[in-house]
Amino acid sequence: MAETNGHSQANGQHVVGTRTVRPDGVDKVTGRARFGADFNLPGQLIGRVLRSPHPHARIVSIDTSKAEALPGVKAVITRADFADQPSEFIPAGEMMMNYKDVVRNVLAREKVLYEGHAVAAVAATSTAIARRALKLIEVKYETLPHVIDVVEAMRPDAPLLHDDLFTVGVEPKPERPSNIAKRVEIKQGDVEAGFKTADIIVEREFKTAPVHQGYIEPHAALATFSEDGSTELWTTTQGHYIVRAHCARLLGLDIGKVRVTATEIGGGFGGKTVVYLEPLAIALSRKAKRPVKMVMSREEVFKASGPTSGATVRVKLGATKSGKFVAAFAELKYQAGAFQGSPVQPGTMCAYAPYDIEHVHVIGYDVVSNRPKVAAYRAPGAPISEYAVESVVDEIAKKLDIDPIDLRMQNAAHEGTKAAYGPKFGPIGLEETLNAIRKTEHWNAPLRKWQGRGVASGFWFNIGGETCVSLTVNEDGTVSLMAGTPDIGGLRASLAAVAADELGVPYDKVRPIIGDTGSLGFNFLTGGSRSAFSGSMAIVEAAKQIKADLCARAGKLWEAKPDQVEFSEGHVRPLGALAEKVKPMSVADFAKVAGKTGGPIGGVGRINAQGAGPSFGTHLVDLEVDPETGRTTILRYTVAQDAGRALHPAYVEGQYQGGAVQGIGWALNEEYVYGADGKLQNAGFLDYRMPVASDVPMIDAILVEVANPKHPYGVRGVGETPIVPPLGAIANAMEAATGIRFTELPMSPPKVLKALKDKGLSKV
Amino acid sequence: MSKHHIEAKVNGDPVEFLCETEDTLLDVLRDTLSLTGSKEGCSSGDCGACSVILDGRLVCSCLVLGCEVGGRSVETIEGMAKGETLHPLQKRFLEAAALQCGICTPGFLVASRALLEKTTNPTEHEVRYWLAGNLCRCTGYDKIVTAVMDTAAAMRKG
Repeated sequence: MAETNGHSQANGQHVVGTRTVRPDGVDKVTGRARFGADFNLPGQLIGRVLRSPHPHARIVSIDTSKAEALPGVKAVITRADFADQPSEFIPAGEMMMNYKDVVRNVLAREKVLYEGHAVAAVAATSTAIARRALKLIEVKYETLPHVIDVVEAMRPDAPLLHDDLFTVGVEPKPERPSNIAKRVEIKQGDVEAGFKTADIIVEREFKTAPVHQGYIEPHAALATFSEDGSTELWTTTQGHYIVRAHCARLLGLDIGKVRVTATEIGGGFGGKTVVYLEPLAIALSRKAKRPVKMVMSREEVFKASGPTSGATVRVKLGATKSGKFVAAFAELKYQAGAFQGSPVQPGTMCAYAPYDIEHVHVIGYDVVSNRPKVAAYRAPGAPISEYAVESVVDEIAKKLDIDPIDLRMQNAAHEGTKAAYGPKFGPIGLEETLNAIRKTEHWNAPLRKWQGRGVASGFWFNIGGETCVSLTVNEDGTVSLMAGTPDIGGLRASLAAVAADELGVPYDKVRPIIGDTGSLGFNFLTGGSRSAFSGSMAIVEAAKQIKADLCARAGKLWEAKPDQVEFSEGHVRPLGALAEKVKPMSVADFAKVAGKTGGPIGGVGRINAQGAGPSFGTHLVDLEVDPETGRTTILRYTVAQDAGRALHPAYVEGQYQGGAVQGIGWALNEEYVYGADGKLQNAGFLDYRMPVASDVPMIDAILVEVANPKHPYGVRGVGETPIVPPLGAIANAMEAATGIRFTELPMSPPKVLKALKDKGLSKV
Repeated sequence: MSKHHIEAKVNGDPVEFLCETEDTLLDVLRDTLSLTGSKEGCSSGDCGACSVILDGRLVCSCLVLGCEVGGRSVETIEGMAKGETLHPLQKRFLEAAALQCGICTPGFLVASRALLEKTTNPTEHEVRYWLAGNLCRCTGYDKIVTAVMDTAAAMRKG
């Protein structure tokens, strides 16, 4: 058999790279698609969670007897229903987690550590009864002093969240516990020596607020537990295999007996990579012997899931007169929430990744405080540190009177650059994105008073990881494609296109679905911009098996030697003299004779995807500041990002546009607002103000394609990088519009107005 | 207290149901009538995922009580396609990739349809302000607004 070369349709055309209609689309525009809260089972109960009213308190006692006695209540669970877990770190997305903390976050044990921390849960025959039952649970608290701010939490006299938390990564090992869980650092060269060679050094401190992923679909889970220990769970998640692992661990179940179906998912952005309701629903079902459905309210989503860290970041960057960056330092203090595990590690690694700098030193601190435990949020940790760095880069450009794109170009990482966090970059597209932005009409368009233009670049690693897909050729020649990573933004369309081209079958004859945990081998979650990258790689592997099998079958049918057949453009083709005797056979032709030629036709791609390619982007924004109100309006926005290869250009653009707008929200409006009482004051969409359609302009998206040589189609992950540059780009545009360097996010109207007044720029 | 007995029209069909006083129209649609196309994102009227048309007027069904709709007509996402024919907005949303996760899509479609029934010549500004009551966290709104504008243009041409 000749090496297969089937990346196209029979007519030589490609589906990959075209804007197909997504296979799951019709169900999503008709209301038929079933999301987390859309599943129901006969006899199901409704589960609800009792949450802490205090930001920090010791739980003295929990009395559930009155709730249990209420007619219609079928189960009540507390910390007593979960065995404690030993301290053990495991990877969760791009972050780490510890089951000792997970079991405590799912249901509080010794203490409640934030307002909204789950304390107990009930299952009842109706929502109304479940609500009444929650009121009957008597919890005795001994309230404790709390700490919300990250810098305050680091003080030696701060209220202590965990008396067994000793800072890791410092020598000598601390004698006393603190709220500083970890110190991390990356180092390259000698920064002190580097700064001595600088003609200009800019040093500034920045502060960012915690922001929520803001998915429109609240967390939801439906569980049914059978007497023999087998469990079924429907949940809205970015990784149902991960949910299975966590639930099995927390509840002492065999993984093989837990079957998890990922429902359609209404947005995740990293926030649906952890468990909240799922173990509670299973535990309630186990106790009640009936299915249990649980759905969070929006208030619960804000108070008890996500968000990402707020942080304090100090940046010091030195450059020569000609603009060469010579030394870079940063110190990052990231909020982890109530349990350790902020994305400070990736924050340190990303801070200076876009630039080729000889001397780099970045220190990071992971700090706990009385807030909900942070979860991953799109390029976790990177937007924060890169915002601070991009702001300082802009300031250096101004001070040296160098064009900000020229300055970035002069220092840009490129193929062969050794990143401060370790590896040497292969082919990357940062310079190409800078050039693409410079070539836009936008870059030179005129601006008026109170308007400003800003530019910033951004980086994210992207990951691969364990992935399993299957391709089955059905009796009629149609193809069933099964993947195990939930599809959030067009994955099925991208994978179906790859399968169609690999096998040379029409796109609409490939039907992709997301299989449950019982249908495919292990899949790591949808996160790290990995699902299209890894999934398409696994499809190529599965298709390879099918093509090899079909060639072997043709060899038998045609009594040919392996070198007399090859697979190309959707057909097994006879070569040489054989071509005169027999006709090529398509995949559909083999489907008809599958039974006579060896049985069912299919392939399974089981891979641990390697070679993820980093994606760089550069964003350009125009905005206008209203000096009377301090309100900022985004006027124009352009994104250029390296996709490697866009499998489905429209959905890649969608990632760029959506990430940019999330970044606009982060930069201008979104924040968790706490009162002195340690309670969240804006736990709803009215007061936690995410961008709406009238807040933003069209987002121009430029697809730069510098192929990733380690992927069969050249694909890089694209989903996360788009949220990295907006914060810096907008801060830089604000400086251009007002002359004020804002060092605190969000740059919300009250803050902007105050700054304008302080400078005598606003007459209001 | 006993439940209310309500008779109404949903997507042109007569329906009757029992509901508690505190049940919202969204609760009734989703839990009683099994019309789960309308989504609950906030239950406070801020996200628009539960948008329906009540007697010709665009409303958040989470802000309407079930017992308020007696004798009235409700149109939901489930009634938007006619048989196998998708509404032009549904078709255009698909072609233009105007959805990613799709949870907000029913609300956007219902709201956009209400707009295009008022005017087939909206400016981008009007589309953006009309849809300001619908939250989307995935798309950045670009392709949604474009799809609505394109549909309007196609409808003008007939």
